[in-house]
Amino acid sequence: MTVFIIRRLLQAVIVVFIMSLIVFFGVNVIGDPVDMLINPEADQAEIERTIKALGLDKPIHEQYLFFLKGVATGDFGKSFIFGEPALKLILHHMPATIELALVSLIMAIVLGIPLGLYAGLFPDQRVSRGIMAASILGFSLPTFWVGLMMIMLFAVYLGWLPSTGRGDTAVFLGIESSLWTRDGLSHLFMPALNLALTNISLVIRLTRAGVREAMHQDYIKFARAKGLKPRRVIGVHLMKNILIPIITVLGLEFGSLMAFSVVTETIFAWPGMGKLLIDSLLQLDRPVVVAYLMIIVLFFVVINLVVDILYSVLDPRVRLKDQGT
Amino acid sequence: MTDTVTIRVETPFQRFWSEFRESKIALVALIVLASIIVLAVLAPWITPQNPYDLAQVDVLDGKMEPGSEAFAGYTMWLGSDGAGRDLYSAILYGLRISLTVGLAAGVLALIIGTAIGLVAAYAGGRTEMLIMRAVDIQLSFPAVLIALMLVAILGRGIDKIIIALVAAQWAYYARTVRATALVESAKEYVEAARCLALSHTRIVFRHVLPNCLAPLIVIGTVQTASAIALESTLSFLGVGLRQTEPSLGVLISNGFEYMMSGRYWISFFPGVALLVTIVSINLVGDQLRDVLNPRLKR
Repeated sequence: MTVFIIRRLLQAVIVVFIMSLIVFFGVNVIGDPVDMLINPEADQAEIERTIKALGLDKPIHEQYLFFLKGVATGDFGKSFIFGEPALKLILHHMPATIELALVSLIMAIVLGIPLGLYAGLFPDQRVSRGIMAASILGFSLPTFWVGLMMIMLFAVYLGWLPSTGRGDTAVFLGIESSLWTRDGLSHLFMPALNLALTNISLVIRLTRAGVREAMHQDYIKFARAKGLKPRRVIGVHLMKNILIPIITVLGLEFGSLMAFSVVTETIFAWPGMGKLLIDSLLQLDRPVVVAYLMIIVLFFVVINLVVDILYSVLDPRVRLKDQGT
Repeated sequence: MTDTVTIRVETPFQRFWSEFRESKIALVALIVLASIIVLAVLAPWITPQNPYDLAQVDVLDGKMEPGSEAFAGYTMWLGSDGAGRDLYSAILYGLRISLTVGLAAGVLALIIGTAIGLVAAYAGGRTEMLIMRAVDIQLSFPAVLIALMLVAILGRGIDKIIIALVAAQWAYYARTVRATALVESAKEYVEAARCLALSHTRIVFRHVLPNCLAPLIVIGTVQTASAIALESTLSFLGVGLRQTEPSLGVLISNGFEYMMSGRYWISFFPGVALLVTIVSINLVGDQLRDVLNPRLKR
C-alpha cells in the first residue's frame, strides 16, 4: 500500500514537473519573455531592472531554476493590469468558480438521477426516448451555444433572469456566497445550469444503464418477492447499488467543471478564475496566465492522485494490477 | 463456371451501405452533412456577396433584419451583421473555415495518434509503458484545458489552432489504435504473416492497420465534430481564430454584443449552422459505430 502511494506521488510530481517545463519553455523559448513578462508600457530603465530581477540575462537553465523557485514559493510575478501578485488574484477569484462548479454538480444529481431513473424504469415510453435524445444533445451541443440560447430566451425575451455578473453575496456560516441571497440565486441559476448540462446528460445515461442492469439482479427480485413496496425497492435497494459509480464519476468530473467554467464564466460574465484567465489572455497579462495554468494542473494532478489512492483502498485489484506491470 | 446460376455477392461496401441505411435518422444526417459540405465548397458561386471583399460590403447595410433588401439589390434572407455583411454569405464562408480547421485537425490527429499507438503496440515493453502513461496523463486533462494552454503559449491563428486541436486529441486515437492493434496482433493471420517472414513494416501497415480501421473511422468522425466545436468555442472566447479568419465561432462571437439589444439573428443563424453541422456529424458517427462494431453484428 505504502509503495503504491509513493509510486503515485512520484508520478504526480513528475507530471507537475513536466507541465512546468512545458509552460516555462512555451513562455520563454517560443515567445519573447521580455515582451511577455514585462509590462509593455514600462520605460527603458524599468525594463532593464525587470530583466535583472527576473534573471532574463542569465543562461536558460538558470532561468528555469529561477522560475521553479518562484513556482515553489507561490510567486508567479505581479499582474500587469492589477499590479497585484498573480497568485493572490487567482485565489481571490477562486471561490466564485468553486461555488459555480459545486452548484452545477448538485444540479446534475438533482435533475439527472430522477430523469435517468424514469428512463431506466420505463425504457419503452415516449417520454423516456425523449429524455435519452435530449441527453445526446446535452453531450454534443457546444456549451457556449447553449449558454447563448439561454441568455436569448430567459434574459432578452422573457426577462426572467439577469444574464451577467454574480449578484449580491452574503456571509452565512462563515462562507461568502451568492447562494444566500435572492439576487445571488437568480444570477447563479443560468450559468450553473449551463455548466451542468453535460453532467446532467452523463448522470442520466449512467443512472439509466445502472437501473436497466440492476432490475434483473436477484436482490431486486428477492426484495420484490418479499412484497416490499416498489417505492422502497427502488428508493433503497436499487438506489444504494447504482449510486456508487455515479458519485465516483461525478467526483472525477469536478476538475473538468472547473476547467469548463472558463467558457460559462465568459458568457455570463461570472467573476471567477476562468473569466480571469480569458481576460488575462486577451490583455496579454502573462503572469496571471502562467499562474492559472500551473494552479489548474496542480489541481488536476491532486484530484487524480486522491481518486487513485481512494480506489486502491476500496478495490485492492487496482493496486495488485499496478504492481504486476 | 456456368452463367445460369447467378449468386448475388455483396461487396463489403454494399453490405455496409445497406446496414447504414437502416437508420432513417442517420441517413437524413448524412444527407444534411453532405449538403453542408457542398454548400461550403460552392460558397463563392452561390452567395450574393463575398463578405470579406470590402468593395462588396456596405456599412449602411449593417444590422438589417432577416429578409431586408441590401443596397446592392439582393435580399438578405438571414439579415446582416454589424459591419453590413450578408449573414447567409458570411455563414457559408464561415463554414468553409470551420470545416477546414476541423478536418485538418482531425486528419492530422488521426495520423499522428495512429502512428504513436501502433509504435506502442508493436514495440511493447518500456516504450509502450512510457507512451501509454503519457496518453493516460493527457486524457486526465479535459481537451479544452490543453487547447487553452497551447493557445496561451502559441497565440492565435489557423495554424496554431490546428496544432492546439491536434495536441488535445491525438491521445484518443493512440489509445484506441494500441488497444485494437494488440487484439489484432494476437490473431492467427498476423502469426501467419510472421511465419512467412514478412517485414515488420509490411505486417504493421498491410495486415494489422487495415483491421484497426473500423474503430478509427468511428473515433475520427466524433473527434472531428468535437474539433469543430472546440475551435468555435475558442474563437467565441476570443482566443481562437482572428477576425480575418471568420469561422462560425468568430461570427457568433461578433453577434454576441448585439444580442442584448434584441438583434438575435447575428449570433443565432451562425449558431444554428454550427449546431446542425456538429449534430449531423455525431449522428453519422453513431450509426457508423453500430454498423462497424462486430459485436453488434446480427
